[in-house]
Parts: sequence; C-alpha cells; structure tokens
Amino acid sequence: MDSAIKTEALTLSYGEHNIIDELDLAIPKGEITVFIGSNGCGKSTLLRSIARLLKPKSGSVLLNGEAIAKLPTKEVARKMSILPQSPAAPEGLTVMQLVKQGRYPYQSWLKQWSEEDEQKVEAALAATGLVELKDRPVDTLSGGQRQRAWIAMTLAQDTEFLLLDEPTTYLDMTHQIEILDLLFDLNEKENRTIIMVLHDLNLACRYAHHIVALKNKKVCAQGKPESIVNRSLVKEVFQMACEVTVDPLFGTPLCIPHGKGRYIVKESL
Amino acid sequence: MSDNNRLLVSAHKLDQDMVRGNAFMLLKTQFQKTVGLYLCLVLLLFLICASIVYGYTDTSWKVALEAFTDFNGSKEHLILQSVRLPRSLIAACIGASLAISGVLMQTLTKNPLASPEIFGINAGAGLAVVISVTIFSAGSTQAYTWVSFLGAAIAAIGVYIVGSFGREGLTPLKLTLAGSVVAVLFSSITQGFLVISETTLDQVLFWLAGSVQGRKLDTLTAVLPYLAVGWVISLLLASKLNLLSMGDDVAKGLGLKVGFIKLTAASCVILLAGGAVAIAGPVGFIGIVIPHITRAIIGIDHRWIIPYSAMLGGILLLAADILARYVIMPQEVPVGVMTAIIGTPFFIHIARKGFNAN
Repeated sequence: MDSAIKTEALTLSYGEHNIIDELDLAIPKGEITVFIGSNGCGKSTLLRSIARLLKPKSGSVLLNGEAIAKLPTKEVARKMSILPQSPAAPEGLTVMQLVKQGRYPYQSWLKQWSEEDEQKVEAALAATGLVELKDRPVDTLSGGQRQRAWIAMTLAQDTEFLLLDEPTTYLDMTHQIEILDLLFDLNEKENRTIIMVLHDLNLACRYAHHIVALKNKKVCAQGKPESIVNRSLVKEVFQMACEVTVDPLFGTPLCIPHGKGRYIVKESL
Repeated sequence: MSDNNRLLVSAHKLDQDMVRGNAFMLLKTQFQKTVGLYLCLVLLLFLICASIVYGYTDTSWKVALEAFTDFNGSKEHLILQSVRLPRSLIAACIGASLAISGVLMQTLTKNPLASPEIFGINAGAGLAVVISVTIFSAGSTQAYTWVSFLGAAIAAIGVYIVGSFGREGLTPLKLTLAGSVVAVLFSSITQGFLVISETTLDQVLFWLAGSVQGRKLDTLTAVLPYLAVGWVISLLLASKLNLLSMGDDVAKGLGLKVGFIKLTAASCVILLAGGAVAIAGPVGFIGIVIPHITRAIIGIDHRWIIPYSAMLGGILLLAADILARYVIMPQEVPVGVMTAIIGTPFFIHIARKGFNAN
C-alpha cells in the first residue's frame, strides 16, 4: 500500500487524559479514507493532529516521510489542507475573499498575487459551482453553499491531501450528498487523497475506499468498507445492535440499527 | 401558499440578504477606497492645522502661519508654537495609535466591544502613576510618561500570560476574562490609594481623566519611536490578521504561525496603547468606536482597516479636542470626557446590534 501520511507511535491527550494511544497508522494515497467511531472516540482529535492543529503528546506524523512538526508550516500548507469542523467566516467576507485566502501559503514578501493564484481561485470556484455567488458574503449563503465555499478555499490551496472534519454536519440530506459527490469527484478526477471524519456510517461505506474505525484510543479495524463493516464491528465500535445488509443501489454495506420504532408488516415480500 | 407567493418571499429574502451584505461597506472599489484614504489624510491635516488655530487665545490662520514662518516672540506666537502645536500633533498620533490598537484587540479577542482596556492597559498605567505619586512623590506629567508606559506594559504582559494558560493557548474568552480580572484588580488598588491619599488624588485627577493638553513636544518625541514601530508592524500584520479573523484552526491550516502573530499583535497593542496612555492618560472610546466606523466604511479587509482607522482615530481625537475647548469656555473639558460623550451612544448601538444578531 502506497502511503504518504503516516503516524508513528502517536499519542494525543487533553491534559493527563490520553485520547489516542501509541497509534501507528498509514493512510493510503490517492484514496478516500474515512475515520469512524462513537462520539468522543478521538477521530476529530486524530484528524486535527495529522493536520498539525494539535501537538501530539508523543510520537509523530509523517508527511512523505518527513516529520510534519519539523517542516515549515507554510510548506505543509502547500501539500495538505484542512477544513475544520463548522468554520466561521467573519461577517461580510465574500466568497471570493474567502477562496483567495486559500492562496496564502503561496504568498510571501517577494511573491505577491500572481496569475497562477488567480487561475487556481477561478478553478476552485468553478469546481464548487460558486462562480455566480462569488461576490456574495459567506454569511448570507445557505448551509450547503457555505460549506462549498469553504471547500473551495481548501481547493485553492491546491494540495495533494485534503482533510475534512465532519464536512456534512448540520447539512440536510441533499446537501450532504452534494458535498460528498464533490469530494468523490475531486478524488476521481484529480486523484487527491481525501481524509475525513464522517458520522454517517452508511455514507462512509458508500464514499470511502478505506475506513478506519477507532475505539479505546486505538484503531480497532481498518480496510475496505465491504471487508470490515459487519454486525460485530458496529457492535464493538458503536455499542449498537444492527443488521448489515447490502445497499440496493451501490452494493456497499448498509447498516440498519435495531432499536425501537414502528413496525409495518409487509403483506408480501 | 401559491408558488408565485413563495417566489416573491424568496426573492424578498434574497434582496434582504444582498442589502445586509452590502450595507456593510460604504466604499466598495479599490479606487473609491484609495481616494477615500487620501480624503481622510487631507481632513486629518486640516484638523491638525485647525487645532493649532482655534482655541481660547484668539488667533487666525494668518497669525498661525506666521508663528512658524516668521516667529516674532509675541505671546500668540509662543502659545501657538509651544502649546498648540504639540497638543495638535499629540492628538493626531494618539488618536491613530488608540484606533489601531482597538482594531488589533477586536481581532485578537473576536469581541466587537474589545478595546486596549481589556488588556488592562489603562488600569496598569493608572496604578503605576498613582503608586509613583504616592510612594515616590513623582510630580510632573513628564515623569508620568515612563511610569505609565511601564505600568501598561506590565499589566498587558500579565494579562497575556494569564490568558495563555492551558492547552489551547491564548483564546478570545480567556484573554477577555483575564483582562477584566486584572483591570478590576488594578483599578480597585488605584481607588484604594486615592481614598487614602488626598494629595495624590489632587495631583493625578486630571491625568486620570485623559487629556492632550499641557504636554510638551519632548513627551511626544520620546514616545513617538514606539508608536511608529507599532504603526509599521500593524500595517505589516494586516494580511495576517485577515487570516486570524477566520479562526485559529483555519489560519493554522493555511500555514499561519498563529501563536507568533498573536504575540506580535499583542506587542503592538502594548506599544500603541501603552504609548498613548503614557502621553495623554487614559482616553477612552476611540479604540472601540473607530474600528466599527472603519469597518462600516471599507469592510473587513485589515489591509484597509489599519490605515483607515489610524486616520479616523486621529480625526476623531482632534475634533473632540477642538470641541473640548469650546464647550465650557474659558474652561476646558478633558478630551477623555469628550470622546466618552461622543462614544457612549455608539457603544450602546454596537452592543444592541450584537445582542439583536444573537
């Protein structure tokens, strides 16, 4: 397996309390990897740490073989972009202004705004379908448009690796699919490596090539969704009884939780 | 609801949205903003001159010009040169410095009501001056300069350190809390000194109200290098402040050295607001009000906000200081009181707006 992001004996903690313990993980290159796990299992923490937003207690994150903590942060920003969970734009910031910030890692005292910067911004707006909305303030957009604007910013960053922390949170079903389709296309067409945290296990199975299930500060399983997602895994990771069947449209694993609810007995199956 | 109605409603909403987004900026294009900045500069220069000409001692523009081109040693010329000129320049420099430091504070704390005061700047300076008068019997405005600068710096560094405790480093909430606590602590000790020692009260009362009157040009030239460094660094920081206003995580992800930028911005606040309080005592409200007026005029890009707020801060303080001479003539109102009178309605307006938005 070809991988360009690795963690080595990575330990993450909040104060004394360890969240992730001695984790060795390799993220496959050119694929979509999704972290799953129950609330508070440390999947967001792990993603933040890989993106160098959080300093590890010990161990390291390697980007193309080099320790990320030792690389200049701007250089990292040219290889890896991160979209944090529910980011907030200052009131009045337009889509264009937001997306332009994605070019920050390419700017310096000597090198100001260039033709290439302009092209990348235009391309990012086009890919996210925001050309028409580029002069609108971000805070006047709908939830789905707003999230697309943020993704456009990370696209303008023009990075090989794209990290997203719950990019579909607070979005309705239409917009969830819209965002995930966009990310799927980016992976397919531009071969970008995408790492994200998702809450919805079924959507994770549908879009991810590689799933990493976290439990008790460790990875409890990882691999293709169709080879690892089953009743016992869901039981172990989410402490939830369920049936796992096959998605009638995509053929990917489909998890149906047990629990309460209305039963309607079908007369003929 | 019919489809037609629904369409109307959504069109109306879109319209509202557009207005809401655009109402934020008076000047939109690059050209308008550049022209506006030059106009501000002209107004600032005009007010600097007006501040030299107008006041209790009656002069004219002609006499004022002569005082600098053809000095004859008369009382008017002396007043113009040694009293009005320093006062005018000090008002311009302090107004600009307070306004920039207000912008920096509001960006650092992500709190629209933040001002250098949140950093404990004025409280620290006030306590230092009161201690120096009570214990070391310091007497002159000149002596207050370095004492108050030191007090402001110590208070601000204290607030920064306390606000940085813990895992996340300096967060807006912790900074605001630490600042409020330190400010209250220092002010109450100051009050204590003033209650115990009446002579101190008499001496520092005028200083505590904030004024640009009766300061010598030497005071300004002594502090000016610190202010100038603060101005230049703030301008250089502008594009990085834009990133910072999108949140720490986003800024870090884009490769900004967030901790370093915050520390630099905080150092600028100490230089600018500390320098201002050292010269003029605590002059309130410029730091809160000007950043808001500036954003209403030119939007949220710090590359424009910093120079514009510097101009507007100088303009407001000069205007307030000129007005202060006429309100209860022949007496003068301390300019700190004038800015507070002008600033309070704004303060309430901003607070209400923020409240309604939530």
